[in-house]
Parts: sequence; C-alpha cells; structure tokens
Amino acid sequence: MGAIYILWLRELKRYTRSRAQMFGSLGQPLLYLLALGFGLGPVFQKSGNGSYLQFIAPGVIGMTVLFTSIFSGIGLLWDRQFGFLKETLVAPVSRISIVIGKTLGGVTVALIQGTLVVIVCLVAGFRPVAWTAVPVAFCFMALIAMVFGGLGTAIGSKLQDMQGFQLIMNFLVLPIFFLSGALFPLDHLPKVLGFITDFDPLSYGVDGLRGALIGRTHFGLLTDLAVLSAVAVVLVSVGGYLFSQIEA
Amino acid sequence: MIRVSSLVKSFGDFVAVNEISFEVQQGEIFAFLGPNGAGKTTTIKMLTTLLKPTRGNIEIDGLDPQDQQDEVRRRFGIVFQDPSLEWELTADENMELHGVLYHVPHKLRIERTEQLLKIFELWERRKEPVKRFSGGMKRRLEIARGLLHTPKILFLDEPTLGLDPQSRNQMWTHVKRLNETEGVTVFLTTHYMDEADRVAQRIAIIDHGKIVAQGTPAELKEQTKSDSLEQAFLALTGTSIRDESAGSIDQMRNFVKMWRR
Repeated sequence: MGAIYILWLRELKRYTRSRAQMFGSLGQPLLYLLALGFGLGPVFQKSGNGSYLQFIAPGVIGMTVLFTSIFSGIGLLWDRQFGFLKETLVAPVSRISIVIGKTLGGVTVALIQGTLVVIVCLVAGFRPVAWTAVPVAFCFMALIAMVFGGLGTAIGSKLQDMQGFQLIMNFLVLPIFFLSGALFPLDHLPKVLGFITDFDPLSYGVDGLRGALIGRTHFGLLTDLAVLSAVAVVLVSVGGYLFSQIEA
Repeated sequence: MIRVSSLVKSFGDFVAVNEISFEVQQGEIFAFLGPNGAGKTTTIKMLTTLLKPTRGNIEIDGLDPQDQQDEVRRRFGIVFQDPSLEWELTADENMELHGVLYHVPHKLRIERTEQLLKIFELWERRKEPVKRFSGGMKRRLEIARGLLHTPKILFLDEPTLGLDPQSRNQMWTHVKRLNETEGVTVFLTTHYMDEADRVAQRIAIIDHGKIVAQGTPAELKEQTKSDSLEQAFLALTGTSIRDESAGSIDQMRNFVKMWRR
C-alpha cells in the first residue's frame, strides 16, 4: 500500500512542479478548440450539425486525457534514462504495486489536465446540456486515462531508446486521436474509415464524453462504458505484465 | 556475508562471468576490480537480484537472491554506476520515497534521514530539488539513501566516477566511518586503484569474466612484485585497452545530456 501511495504521490509532485509543462500542454487543445472550433464552425453549422464548438469540446478533452496518460506511461523511458527506474526495481516491493502506483498517478494527472481543459472549454463558450452529466464525463475521462496509461506503460516497458518515440507518436498516438471521431462525427463515414474508427478505443471514450456532455452518441453510452472498461482491463494487465518483465 | 561459488552468466554465446567464486566477510570492505567489460557490473546485478545467474550459487547473508528476493533486497543498499535519484524531488523527498519502499517505520525514517543527511553534509540543502545538486552531492545523497534502511551490505558500483578529488576523498572518509560505526559490509568497484588500496581490506581482480587474483592489497602487490596496486593491476590484467561499445541506453543518455545544457 505504502509503495503504491508514494509512487502515486511522486507522479503528482512531478506534474505540479513543472508549471511550464502544465500550461504548455494546454496550448494544443486551445488551438484545436479555437482554430478548428471557430474556423470550421460555420461549415459545420451549414451542414445542419449544430455548433462545432459544442461538438469538438468533448473531443479535445478526450485528446488531452489521451496525450497526458499515454505519455505518463511512456515516461518509464525517462525513468530508465535518469536511472530512477532501478531504484524502484531493486526495492523490496512487488512490481505490481510499482506499476499500480505509477498508473494511478498517471490517471490522476490526466484527470487534472482534463479538468483544466474542461475549464478552458467553458471559457471558450462550451456549455454541457446538463451539469449533472459532469460526473459521468469524469468517469469516462478516468477510463480513457486507464486505457492509454496501460498502453503507455506497455510501450514504455518495451521501448529502449528515444528513437522509437517519434515512431510511437506519429504512427500510434496521432492516429488514435485523428481516427477517433474527436474531430468529426462517426455517422455516415466511408466504410473503411468507419471500420477503423470502430477499432479505436478512443472512439468510445470521446463518444462517451459527448454522450454525457452534449447528449449525442454514436455507439450508445452503455456500449462505450463496456468497451472502454474491457479494453482498460486488458491494456492495464498487458502493461503490468510487460513492466514485470523488465530486466535492469 | 556474501558467498559466491562457480557463478556463471552468459548472454547468448558471450560468457560475461565465467565460474567465479569468492567470499566477503561481515564488516569487511571488499573491492571488486577489473577493466571495462570484465564482468563487474554483471556480477553486481546478479548479487543484487537484478539478473538471474546462468549457473552457480550466490548466498547473501545466508539467503538466495533468486528464491528470497525481497528478504535479500531488504538486506542491502546499492549505489548504481549511473545516478538513480528522482531529480524533480528534494533530497528529503527522495529519502522519504526510499524509506516507504523499504518499509522503514515513519519515526525511524525521520530520525535516520536527519542523521544520514547530517553525516553526508546535505542537511542544510534537504529542501532543495536534486536537480540543483552538484555531482558530488548527488553521489552523497545516493549513499545516504542506500543506508536509510540500515542494510547489512552496501554495494557501491563505481561511486566516485566523475567526482573531483575532494569529493572522492570526503566520500570514502564517510564510507569508512559508517563501515566502522555501523559495521556495514561494503562491496565496491572502482577504476581508481589508489582508492581501493586505501579503503579496501580485501580485493578481487576480475578479467574476461574470470577472477585472476584475490587477497589483501599488500598480498597482491607482493604477488606481482609491484610497488603500487596500479602496477599490480596492470601486471595481472595487461596493458591493452578494452573498448565497451555504447549500448542504446548510453547513447540516449548522451543525447539527453546534450539537451540538458
């Protein structure tokens, strides 16, 4: 228990102490929200889909949680590099509690960062249909964070150096984001694209957020919840397993 | 305290450690010397539960590092070749983290942290993040941290690498003192022969995965008819230079160092 707590606390302290990172990572969501939200707004409106800002805000929140949690997992690479990983690997605690502490830390950080973006969205003019839906939205944020925190840990356990990082960014993280329906509606997509988006876990996350916040869903809230939970269990387990296999 | 017999570790075709045997007595300062790539770090990794031996036996305080992993881990402290502190946290917080990971009771942890940080002259700076520390301070903090859970054995893998003579001198003074006051067994590796000569009671020299000589510094000098341990070392291991190829982790480390400036 102590080990889980102290490693969770470490993630949190690392995050809160680097203000530059905290505010720096608000830049990208802000850009999507303002440039796309207002830039594509008129076209979206004309096609009869309502306000694009309302539509894209849950997508941008989902994106923030995706990026924060997956990078927190891949942060293992930095631990390895700066040697801190060894300190935990040689301690008399189970690998499982180390990975749980780290993952929970990542989830917490992603939730805080997600909350900041929710506030940014509200300032930009986004309004959820019902305030009571906000706790449901937080549930979805937590699930997204677990799914991609687990994936990040799995990658971070396997990745040996920085070279692989660009690869992961361009061929995994960005596709997960762009193919999730964060930026466009999933209805009436071309068959191939629709097929791919169905396999993207973030599709269900963003859909769940959208369902909770603006009452519009493609898969249905229960499907979103079920798929995300199942994928979270699988990916967190895979991450935990791969972490336990690390040799110092 | 440490008993190693016929220990072998091979990676594929490459035999990193080849049938080595040695013993370290309780309370002893034991130096494990050898050129680059001789098998020092591989041996330390096996002794400290981080690597499974291919063959052979290891006993740490009577326990097997593979079967009784956590028990063994509680019994030693280690300072790795590369720093392993959390840079964003303060010295105090690094000690706290270690104390919790090693199940040191809260009150004892506070007392011992104060005691150790004072010995290693870091008490005044304990509220500062480690990233602002000099190389010598980081090293001292790592040793202090390694001793927090009152281990019976302290492993030091090239602890003075990159330190100036003042810091090196000061560090060994502290280590020697702790060895005397707390009776902690010290197992160290270093490339500085004068250090080994000064602090170690017994020395083993490993080369190409095999132990080529063992004994007190005086015995090794006598055996090779040398005046200094450095000459004895060269007589035993030859004068050709060993190149270690930089692994991917090292390359990455250099890359980051570049960016940190």
